[in-house]
Amino acid sequence: MSTQTPDTDETDPQAERMARKEERAAERDEASSKPDVGDDAITLKVFRYDPEVADKQEPRFDTFHVPREPGITVLDALIYARDTYDSSLTFRHSCRQAVCGSDALFINGSQRLGCQTQVADLNDSDTVRVEPLPHREVVKDLVVDMDHFYDQMDAVEPYFSPTEEPDGEQLQSRENREKIKMSTRCIWCGACMSSCNVAAGDNQYLGPAAINKAYRFYFDEREDDERQEERLQIIEQEHGVWRCQTQFSCTTVCPKDIPLTEHIQELKREAVKSNLKFW
Amino acid sequence: MSQSHNRGLVEDFGRWREFSAGMWAWVFHKFTGWVLIGYLFTHIAVLSSALSGGAAYTNTLQGLEQLAVVRVLEVGLLAVAVFHILNGIRLLFVDLGVGLDLDTQEKSFYASLILTGIIVVASVPVFLEGL
Repeated sequence: MSTQTPDTDETDPQAERMARKEERAAERDEASSKPDVGDDAITLKVFRYDPEVADKQEPRFDTFHVPREPGITVLDALIYARDTYDSSLTFRHSCRQAVCGSDALFINGSQRLGCQTQVADLNDSDTVRVEPLPHREVVKDLVVDMDHFYDQMDAVEPYFSPTEEPDGEQLQSRENREKIKMSTRCIWCGACMSSCNVAAGDNQYLGPAAINKAYRFYFDEREDDERQEERLQIIEQEHGVWRCQTQFSCTTVCPKDIPLTEHIQELKREAVKSNLKFW
Repeated sequence: MSQSHNRGLVEDFGRWREFSAGMWAWVFHKFTGWVLIGYLFTHIAVLSSALSGGAAYTNTLQGLEQLAVVRVLEVGLLAVAVFHILNGIRLLFVDLGVGLDLDTQEKSFYASLILTGIIVVASVPVFLEGL
């Protein structure tokens, strides 16, 4: 039937394919054991977990050797490892310029963006240990389940919603814009929430990112008092701002340098002020 | 993708070497707070010896003060109380919105640590006098 394959061929094509595959696997193994990456290679230790692969059901660390390039970021190193050694290595990334917020990882013991963190800037630039964000369920390798984080973000109604439909364009004063400027920088990466010890112990706690979002709209002068009061109700509930114990972990790790603790503290004062107000 | 892995909370305190200043301040503040609550109970127990008369109270106190371990624990108590007070003042400022930037809050924590150290060291001769 087939005209492509000559009948005289005595070798089994399946066996041939398998042989080629084994050859490639051997090459790969050699590449990973004796990589041609120079003497100054970066040792990348990556957390691996995959519920669908037998030997990865129990989490482990894999080591990759990545050539050191000037300015190489942790994300670059991960991409190199994935493309060169193991295509099953899974992690989220997109814009590569600290805007999309998809590659927040636990790098050398701290929550950082892979794309924003240069290996040379790490305290240990020889061995880079990359883990998924703590306090999140790991779905596969470095990918964590972000649903709970997004739920908390949604809980503070993170959108501009004045009570009445505006007639025309709604302008904001320069001062007001300046006031909320830092809080608008959030990229929803979840680094703060992951670093927060309180959030780890209290699943209902809104968390730094959500409270920061609430701050952004609470102080937006274009929303009226009634709306502001509604927002304060959400913020000052039992699992809102009062859960913050000023450990400053969120502020320390925020890749966009948002003064999260400052914002949370300011909302605490707003809550107190509104409750004390008797006139 | 029905399965996922929970890494749990163990990693938190297992990584104490990587704690930032703010985290240490929180840990120490909690710890000293619990120690002070614990001390309150022993404090009440000792004070209640006065219920059986002034002499019993004096005897109890004198008996305790003769023990070296009590004197050393007293120094420890002072350290705990002083740190809790100083860091409490720091937290008061944090609540008032003063010194909230990362650098200042770190320095104010270190300042309360150093001040605690100085006060405790200076108090050692007083506490251990006449042992």
